[in-house]
Amino acid sequence: MHRFDESRRRVLLAAGAGTGLATLGACATTPPVAEKRLGRVLVVGAGYGGATAAKYLKLWGGAGIEVMLVDRQTAFVSCPLSNLVLGGSRAIEDLTVGYEGLRRQGVVVLSDEVQGIDPVRRRVRFGKFADQTFDRIVVSPGVDFDFGAVQGLDADAQSTILHAWKAGPQTVALRRQLEAMPDGGVYVLTIPPAPYRCPPGPYERACQVAHYFKTRKPRSKVIVLDANPEIISKKGLFTKVFTEDYKGIIDYRAQNHVTEIDARGRTAITELGDRIRADVLNVVPPQSAAGLARAAGLVNTNNRWCQVDWVTMESTAAPGIHVLGDATFSAPAMPKSGHMANQHGKTAAAAIVELMNGRAPKPMMMANTCYSFVDDQRVIHVASVHRYDADKKTMQTVPGSGGVSTAPSTLEGTYANAWAQNIWRDMLA
Amino acid sequence: MLRWFGFKAAGAIVAAVGVVSATGVQAQEARYLASNCANCHGTEGRSAGGGGMPGLAGLSRAYFLEQMNAFRSGARQATVMHQIAKGYTDEQIAQLADFFSKQPVAGK
Repeated sequence: MHRFDESRRRVLLAAGAGTGLATLGACATTPPVAEKRLGRVLVVGAGYGGATAAKYLKLWGGAGIEVMLVDRQTAFVSCPLSNLVLGGSRAIEDLTVGYEGLRRQGVVVLSDEVQGIDPVRRRVRFGKFADQTFDRIVVSPGVDFDFGAVQGLDADAQSTILHAWKAGPQTVALRRQLEAMPDGGVYVLTIPPAPYRCPPGPYERACQVAHYFKTRKPRSKVIVLDANPEIISKKGLFTKVFTEDYKGIIDYRAQNHVTEIDARGRTAITELGDRIRADVLNVVPPQSAAGLARAAGLVNTNNRWCQVDWVTMESTAAPGIHVLGDATFSAPAMPKSGHMANQHGKTAAAAIVELMNGRAPKPMMMANTCYSFVDDQRVIHVASVHRYDADKKTMQTVPGSGGVSTAPSTLEGTYANAWAQNIWRDMLA
Repeated sequence: MLRWFGFKAAGAIVAAVGVVSATGVQAQEARYLASNCANCHGTEGRSAGGGGMPGLAGLSRAYFLEQMNAFRSGARQATVMHQIAKGYTDEQIAQLADFFSKQPVAGK
């Protein structure tokens, strides 16, 4: 038995307050589980990566592993499917799931802003709650935006020129801008140089806004200014959809790197000096691992991403700290996707369970399927399977596996919806 | 006695930790591998069922092997599974078949 100190009491009370003490009720009628105490894991960030890690640490590790999950948000909002809110076929509430399911699994879920991670003392500094110690920590912080890379996109400009690249209030606000735009208007979407979160996401977004225009504001246009040399995901499929389904609506322009905006004039300015005026300007800035990871000294690749050991997901900068999701320096052909972050979470959970039981973790397989909606019903996918390459110490796609859809279909639309229901349960229930 | 990790109801997963036999380690490895499938097919193969996404829990070993091999050979048409199935070895697919055949269809 370890000491029940004051800081734990505060956390306990907070956790109980959030669950209406339902878990305590269950405890009263159940005999205590006699199980070896294995250790305490703190998980920072409750998105696709962190929530999955927390869930699977309990599923695989049992009651012997204490799991605390912290996020500044009180509910999960999915980035996948959030483009459908812009298209008008979904509400943000459809993509929002609470953390009660994880609490039922025995995870202590806290809503707080982590102030800092001390890897040496194995301590996390919280905002509201007392500091917490850990045996291992899982950091799944997501990305931060490099607003400075787009001249003119200062704090003031950011209130009207939205990215909507994290699902939530910005998604809803961008939808309102599109609704308020008169027919005949121009929506301009800028895409940063890869790598960024969700490679097919911008192209799906162009389709969603174009679908909305085609059905509701047919004289309006979508201009896509892509910093990349070409469409970087599902190129053939998106090209066909752009030029057939949305002919005359989507104007896709590769190699148009927007490095400046005039917020007042709602104008995007490319590095070559071209000026493209918008009625609704949607700038997705370049991204890097979130500031929390940087402050903890985990950003060690290209000054942007966190390199990891793909067997355990441990940072190569700080053993004992596992890093997941979009913040990682991706393995070859591995997308920054929610699906992939889920797989990272399971790899980290398995490694921690093995280590805490005194066994050596073995490499895990990882699979990815990214669905993109080209309208409100039809969907295309890209899929891949990744295995560990011990010589190169990275994940590689399995030759002959993976691929894309042959064409958009409503059948894949139903699968995409089922995917969402199942992955949300897989990580949150 | 109150501990923030101690609220988990009894009767849940206790077999996985502590002393694990050789077969136990193999079972644990299969369990880890099978989590690849959970994103689409549900945790431990129990699908929420929407949109015709099949659950895998409780499928017979023979049926699972037959279907995966049909995806790999192209004998069974699919939207995505023919691409995913080719990413796994015979041995891995056998592990998955064993694992899912032993999973209860209903949730715990």
